[in-house]
Amino acid sequence: MMSGSVVDNTVSSGNSSAAIPTDISGQILDLDEDDDLEVFSKDTTLTDGSSFNASMQTSPASMINQYKFEEDADTKDIFVTVDNPESHVTAIETYITYRVMTKTTRSEFDSSEFEVRRRYQDFLWLKGRLEEAHPTLIAHPLPEKFVVKGMVERFNEDFIETRRRALHRFLNKIAEHPIFSSSEDFKIFLTAASGELTSHKKQGPGFLSRMGDTVKAVAAAVRGVRNRPQEFTEMQEYVEAFSQKISSLDKVTQRIVREQKEYLEELKECGPTYALWSQSEEELAEPLKNVAGCVDRCCKETEEQVKNLSDHLIPVLHEYVLCADTLKAVLRRRDNIQADFEAKTEALATKKADRDTMRNDLDKAEDRLEWANNALKSDWTRWQKVMRTDLRSAFVDTAERNVSYYEKCLAVWESFLHSQRTDAEGNGKVDFS
Amino acid sequence: MADSGSEDIAVIGNTDLTPSESENNLKNTMVEKGTSLLKKMEISVAEAEKRTGKNAVNMQETYTVYLIEMRPVDAASEGTNPVPDSLWRRYSEFELLRNYLLVTYPFLVVPPLPEKRAEFVWHKLSADNMDPDFVERRRVGLENFLLRVASHPDLSTDKIFYSFLTEENGWKETVFETGFQAKADSRLKALNATFRVKNPDKRFAEMKHYGDELQSVISQLLRVRARAADRLYGVYKVHGNYGRVFSEWSAIEKEMGDGLQSAGHHMDAYAASVDDILEEEEHYADQMKEYLFYADALRAVCRKHELTQYELEMAAQDLTSKKQQREELATGTIRTFSLKGVTSKLFGQETPEQREAKLKMLETQIEEGEELVKERNAECEEFVKSAWVDIERFKEQKDHDLREALISYAIMQISMCKKGIQVWNNAKECFSKM
Repeated sequence: MMSGSVVDNTVSSGNSSAAIPTDISGQILDLDEDDDLEVFSKDTTLTDGSSFNASMQTSPASMINQYKFEEDADTKDIFVTVDNPESHVTAIETYITYRVMTKTTRSEFDSSEFEVRRRYQDFLWLKGRLEEAHPTLIAHPLPEKFVVKGMVERFNEDFIETRRRALHRFLNKIAEHPIFSSSEDFKIFLTAASGELTSHKKQGPGFLSRMGDTVKAVAAAVRGVRNRPQEFTEMQEYVEAFSQKISSLDKVTQRIVREQKEYLEELKECGPTYALWSQSEEELAEPLKNVAGCVDRCCKETEEQVKNLSDHLIPVLHEYVLCADTLKAVLRRRDNIQADFEAKTEALATKKADRDTMRNDLDKAEDRLEWANNALKSDWTRWQKVMRTDLRSAFVDTAERNVSYYEKCLAVWESFLHSQRTDAEGNGKVDFS
Repeated sequence: MADSGSEDIAVIGNTDLTPSESENNLKNTMVEKGTSLLKKMEISVAEAEKRTGKNAVNMQETYTVYLIEMRPVDAASEGTNPVPDSLWRRYSEFELLRNYLLVTYPFLVVPPLPEKRAEFVWHKLSADNMDPDFVERRRVGLENFLLRVASHPDLSTDKIFYSFLTEENGWKETVFETGFQAKADSRLKALNATFRVKNPDKRFAEMKHYGDELQSVISQLLRVRARAADRLYGVYKVHGNYGRVFSEWSAIEKEMGDGLQSAGHHMDAYAASVDDILEEEEHYADQMKEYLFYADALRAVCRKHELTQYELEMAAQDLTSKKQQREELATGTIRTFSLKGVTSKLFGQETPEQREAKLKMLETQIEEGEELVKERNAECEEFVKSAWVDIERFKEQKDHDLREALISYAIMQISMCKKGIQVWNNAKECFSKM
């Protein structure tokens, strides 16, 4: 039902997304908390410390197939990567930028390759814009802002790498989304020089208008929706249950990592103990040293296995925990659009003055509701498919890594057995009586 | 695989050997060592039972008894199956037997008993002496002890040992009648000797040091292993939660439901598999523990050597001093301090008759002393000779057994890995159907 082009029932403001309704009341714009803790001022005109390449003039065909994707590779016409984090220090703040590289054959892009640098704030902005324009479409979550859990330093390498991977996945999910990927904001995000991006950002609804929307949104939420269609209620129930299950899986996996780490700590002492023992022995020295070596090698494999869980399964589970929150927000927004429509219907029935204006408003609200419902319904199907693919491949991947872990340990101990066998044969030790 | 005919090669080659099969191999090795006792009789500790009764202070107590069975070897091979001779013994009687053997054969490394109380336990394992798993492991340990004694060239011929196996009633009295308790060295005496001996045999000193090191390192190994087992248990069991959550999740999904549900089952299986794994590891720990306690027996032999050597040195020292005294008395010179010397200076010399008497006494003492020194010297030499033979025998046994234990540990690890591979391959298949 939803195609690449969107019904344009609005006056577009400049070059923003194709479908921003002029009357954006009833749409919740989450008032973001302060952006990155990195920023001391909201003024984003600070110089971006790195240089950037505007569109790289290389052959469009070059390296198009460099990247792996889950969707059909042959229908994919845009490839985005996020890498190369760099730290920038200015007088006021320190922040990280990431290189965002785009390769595309789409005609709406001026060129086929782009390279820009973006910071977390910019990603936040993009997500906000997309949600503003399509309140009932399901956007993939961004990695969380820096959360003080007491252990991770903001510029810690692992944290940056985890964030980079999540940002990469975020952009790719946007690129794979039929509606989001044709968003003008998305295009600008991928291609504009920093200065351009900054000025474009300023064109969006300002702080005050966002404030006003929020007030209206709160009012709508308070009103509540009266006749929610059954399918959306079912969706809500599903999201509730899904949210619980995926959170549980996240917690279970983190617990497994913790237990593995503690197991590793103990196991690390085994090898040295066997090695120590071998120093007191003569005949037994060799097998004991051998066992010590085997235990140490198993330790290394265990260490890697723990890292795999942390690097691959946990981030995916975590993202789907955030997805569940996104789904809840989407459903809320849809409810509010409906509540707004219901309120306006009531108003028309009861009030006597301004009937024409109110009728007009009501029509718009009805359109908006229908549009929101349809958008959600079809995006819901798409999201479920993506979720299924993502989680399936994450679990399959985990299972494969576990198999590989056990295979490696198996090989270690089999080589020990083999060495003992050949040892006994070699030394002619056949009679132990 | 080269055909060497040794069961050790068979053990190495067969990676599907279970610990109990491995244990049987060990027993077969002992049996084939071929003491005359084991050639005739098959010994086993077949069962364990709980009993209640009144103890020495007339209070009710519950204790466990173990059934010792003796089967003639020929009968088994002939196919007939006569009722074995059997009797019940409790742990304290085993202890009594071992104490008797320790005192009677101080030059032998006497096989140890399984531990009195459960130590080096990880949390799931009970430290309770009445716990059935502990009792079962103790039964195996007691059988092992009997086989070790029965396969020892010297110990297997001991009469008290034989009657332990054959005479249920009155055995205790028989043991006490031997008066072995009187022969036991006091701890204090032994400790004293350890500090004061001047020229112990170097080999024994090294052996004692080795015994110390062995005990220390095996203790450490057992401790670390118990902690690691604890942690591994946690890792496996947490995966059980995956089973539960997958199952709940599958209820709300349409296409993913089946894959999730069956994957969940495999996660449950994975979580459950750790119980067997750790039970096998416990067997390995028991093998280590035997040698932990053997280390103690080894040290006991070395301490006995020190004591014997010390007593020889004391006798020799005594003899030397007596000889000196005689010399002084004969020549009239006083080289050594003696009360007599001082008093005679103060109160006048002795009469020639007194001197004569004294000299005669000293002569007798010196004669006796020389006899004693000769005796003790012979004892010492005899001890060193026999003890060293047994220590060499023990060394070979230890090297063989521990190597087997390490091999069976590797086999266990392999088995654990194979199970893991199977479970996760199954899970992967289920996941791919999600």
